[in-house]
Amino acid sequence: MVLPPLLKKRKGGKEMKLDKKLQGLIAVIAFFGGIAMLIGALAMDFMGSTFEGRGPILVIGILAILFGMYLFPTEKHHRKIINFIFLFPLLFTFLVTVIIPLLLGFYYSFTDWDGIRMRNYVGFDNYAKMFHQPSFVWSIVLTFLFVVLNMVMVNLIAFLLALLCTNKFRGIGFFRAAYFVPNLIGGIVLGYIWQFIFSNVLVEFTSKVFNNNYSILASSNTAFLGIIVVYIWQYAGYIMLIYITGLNTVPGEVLEAAAIDGASPLQTLFNIKIPMIAPSITICTFLTLTNSFKMFDVNLSLTGGKGSIASFMGSYLTNGTEMLALNIYNEAVIKSNYALGQAKAVLFFIILATVSVLQVRISNKREVEL
Amino acid sequence: MHTKEKKFSLIAKVIIATIIAVYVLFPFALVVINSCKRTQDITANPIGLNGVSFQQLISNMNDVVNNTHFMFWQAFGYSAIITVVSLVLLAVFGGMAAWVICRNHTKWSRFIYFLFISSMTIPFQVVMLPLVSTFRDTGKFVGIAMLQSVPGIVFAYCGFGGAMTVFILVGFIKGIPYDLEEAASIDGCSPEGTFFRIIFPLLTPVITTVTILNGMWIWNDYLLPSMMLGQNGAVKTLPVAVQAFVGSYVKQWNLILTAALLAIIPMIIVFLFAQKQIMNGMIEGAVKG
Repeated sequence: MVLPPLLKKRKGGKEMKLDKKLQGLIAVIAFFGGIAMLIGALAMDFMGSTFEGRGPILVIGILAILFGMYLFPTEKHHRKIINFIFLFPLLFTFLVTVIIPLLLGFYYSFTDWDGIRMRNYVGFDNYAKMFHQPSFVWSIVLTFLFVVLNMVMVNLIAFLLALLCTNKFRGIGFFRAAYFVPNLIGGIVLGYIWQFIFSNVLVEFTSKVFNNNYSILASSNTAFLGIIVVYIWQYAGYIMLIYITGLNTVPGEVLEAAAIDGASPLQTLFNIKIPMIAPSITICTFLTLTNSFKMFDVNLSLTGGKGSIASFMGSYLTNGTEMLALNIYNEAVIKSNYALGQAKAVLFFIILATVSVLQVRISNKREVEL
Repeated sequence: MHTKEKKFSLIAKVIIATIIAVYVLFPFALVVINSCKRTQDITANPIGLNGVSFQQLISNMNDVVNNTHFMFWQAFGYSAIITVVSLVLLAVFGGMAAWVICRNHTKWSRFIYFLFISSMTIPFQVVMLPLVSTFRDTGKFVGIAMLQSVPGIVFAYCGFGGAMTVFILVGFIKGIPYDLEEAASIDGCSPEGTFFRIIFPLLTPVITTVTILNGMWIWNDYLLPSMMLGQNGAVKTLPVAVQAFVGSYVKQWNLILTAALLAIIPMIIVFLFAQKQIMNGMIEGAVKG
């Protein structure tokens, strides 16, 4: 028998009945009081009141309704009420911050929304417009290039680091931790640190050795490579940890047997280790894939997306290192073209969603095969 | 001969590992060294130790900490409050929601779970613009400041962190035997009592994982706070403050690097104390997520 909370500790016939009545009374007062407060606050909102207290009244009203529901003296429906109350906070915040803005975002991308209001429905105009922007097409091309290069480089380097860090020698824990440290720090700060390194420290070196006074951030091509260097520096340590976990699951007996049979280290690597850590490879590949796509912070603080491109689709570009995420941000927030920025963001979402669906498909297939 | 070869290759590996470690940690060393210099010393030689002094570090820190764009202690305080409150709420609400989703085999709970999981592919960029406008409008309408306020941003983090939190927690709760709950219910424990007294304590390891993942994200996040708090609003988190500070100074590297140093230190301190938990949490999050 499931009993409501207030009844649990006190037993005895009369007291229990009284308690139950009292509880019911409190429940009803809280519930209807809450509804009254909610309606009152909303009424004030609709009448355009500027009374400061209406916000708190609304919040207290909602809490009172939930409290009243919680105290409601029913045994049959208590579990259902608890289910509702338990789901409510997270589901409510989730709907307000993710689902509603997402639906609005889809809708706004077909209008001339300016961040505050929309006047006209424009159909696919925004989508057509963005593909006529050479700078945007450039961002897409650059992002895909970045993602592919980055994915290969990060995984390769992380895997080599993992092989190095699964050896047994002193201080191995220190090395693992050291390689992971850059991942702790936010992209904005990292970007500025590396901006300093590229445009001050490295130039100091190259000017002495090669008599080259230019920072690698000064040209679009080398700045692009600079972003990749920073990203690998930040991310490889983390991916390495996942590969180490994978490599540690390879049973020692298998490796021993291979060694006894005279397999060379390279043969063990390609014929035993790599096939056995296939799940880790899938995880890491898609982790780097989605993260490279979303790359924003480092792009903003390291190069700001600047860089000149002499000629692309017949025009001169000044956003030589601007990736997709930053392009969206600049279009909407800096240039205030909200509807266009939103349409770009929707495209960005579609690309990412496709990638994620592919991920699920491929990893399911893998699991079946294994 | 064989053992000698092995020893030699081991030494070679240690040397390689050391070289890589130096490369990885070198930027941090540069930050520390150059935070102790004047601007002209940095321009003269950014690698050398010329002009490094403790007094200069203190003076740089004073300049940065009291700068009106940065205001370190305030930004640090806001970052800490926002991160801690969001993490606690995500752990409690996430646990509650995950438990309900996991233990109810209804159409609704399955739909909600599906909604949470599929939302994990949504990038922040696609919701940020409508999010800011809805928060502004509803905030004005109901009289609760949702933008440029701590409650507003905590609310947003609960919404965005919810999906991943629920996903990882559901995976864990599935493994907890249902008999435990049945036994508690037979002994007269209410459902909410069952959750808070029996299930929630069992969730400790996975809540640690979730808290680490969410904590790393929220503490370092730039885009969400910059959109919701504004570049130069009254409330700033550390990454926003760093960005605002650098934007207001034209290449005063000693001050910029001191600001970077101040922004890095809290995370490094936490890492020194909880190194194992953080590294394991990041691995588990990736493997399960």
